[in-house]
Amino acid sequence: MARKYVTLAEVAEKLGYTNLTPTVDLTKVKVYHRSINRPAFQLAGFYDYFDTKRIQVVGRAENEYLKTLTFEERVERVEKMFSYKFPGIILARGIQPPPEILNIALKYDIPVLSTDHSTALVIVEIIRWINEQLAETTSLHGVLVDVFGEGILITGASGIGKSETAIELVKRGHRLVADDVIEVLKIGEDLLMGKAPELTRHLVELRGIGVVDIKSLYGVESVMEFSPINMIINLEEWDGQSNYDRLGLNEDYTDILGVKVVSHTIPIRPGRNLAIIIETAAVNNRQKNMGYNAAQALCDRVSEEIHKHKEDLENGVEQDEEEE
Amino acid sequence: MIKKEITIELAKGLEARPVAVFVQTASQYESQIIVEYREKRVNAKSIMGMMSLGIAQGEKVVVAADGPDEAEAIAGVQKYLTSRE
Repeated sequence: MARKYVTLAEVAEKLGYTNLTPTVDLTKVKVYHRSINRPAFQLAGFYDYFDTKRIQVVGRAENEYLKTLTFEERVERVEKMFSYKFPGIILARGIQPPPEILNIALKYDIPVLSTDHSTALVIVEIIRWINEQLAETTSLHGVLVDVFGEGILITGASGIGKSETAIELVKRGHRLVADDVIEVLKIGEDLLMGKAPELTRHLVELRGIGVVDIKSLYGVESVMEFSPINMIINLEEWDGQSNYDRLGLNEDYTDILGVKVVSHTIPIRPGRNLAIIIETAAVNNRQKNMGYNAAQALCDRVSEEIHKHKEDLENGVEQDEEEE
Repeated sequence: MIKKEITIELAKGLEARPVAVFVQTASQYESQIIVEYREKRVNAKSIMGMMSLGIAQGEKVVVAADGPDEAEAIAGVQKYLTSRE
């Protein structure tokens, strides 16, 4: 389930920041906001729109600005800012705070962390890490396999052959990510990452055989810890009534956590080699993302040919005279 | 077997998408259906075959159907080819 907050203790540990105020208990400081603030405006005295839920990041600009002030001014400005009570402050570029500032932080019980990283890097790593931790999550039923670098989610009714197909793909050199239950994490606006729950990681249930361990049977090269979900292949019993996609001009999408994922429904019939179909779908999807769509190219060629024939017709050329 | 000459009235001719619909229509019948155009003979149920013809609006084709539902097949195919969409 999605987390609502991270603690500053986790931020400090994961990103390797030093706590300059060890008497403040970082495990009790909760951060709910996914972004940060650089407090230059606040130090200059402008407090409208000051979002006090954010971690404050101080870099060279703020530090140099404070140095231009007199001791009294500096204490007053910093104290005013701390009186607004934000979760914590991070000093980038190894900036060492003077004792009077640390005393203010301790007075308000607000932690001060320090790192040698550049200010830009601190901003990026904090936002990235917090967003990852607070990402929306869901769980899906299916099999996730990495095929030529495309994360393919195979779905379909139980017993249709998802796991068998995944094993065949593994034997053809692709990598299993998760079987049966896939934990999905939404990263940013349009990236879905899938992984297996730790307990069942890299295990596959094969009907009639039982549970098999893909990683120990076929080795590390046959598995992956996590993978993006780039495409969904839905396996379905062949139904003579349904019209399956013949051209691939129209893309169908499935919505997962608000991200649209390209989906194909593949009818199952004896004699169809699913692994090869999925490999082809994966590599074709990659080619589309590289800018070439075979169905569209054919469509354009046919239209061009029709245009020529139409001109012949208007110029009164007989149909059978044109034959090459 | 029934043979019939049909003039295509589809506004854009047999472009990729109309071909897909045409092939779907033809596939509903059990009879074998052949489209003859500029001395080529193509199975009406084959999407790539039909696509390779590039038939424009106003052109003529001969459709031949052979099988238990040949009359319905010709009628169905003609109905689509002469629709204006």
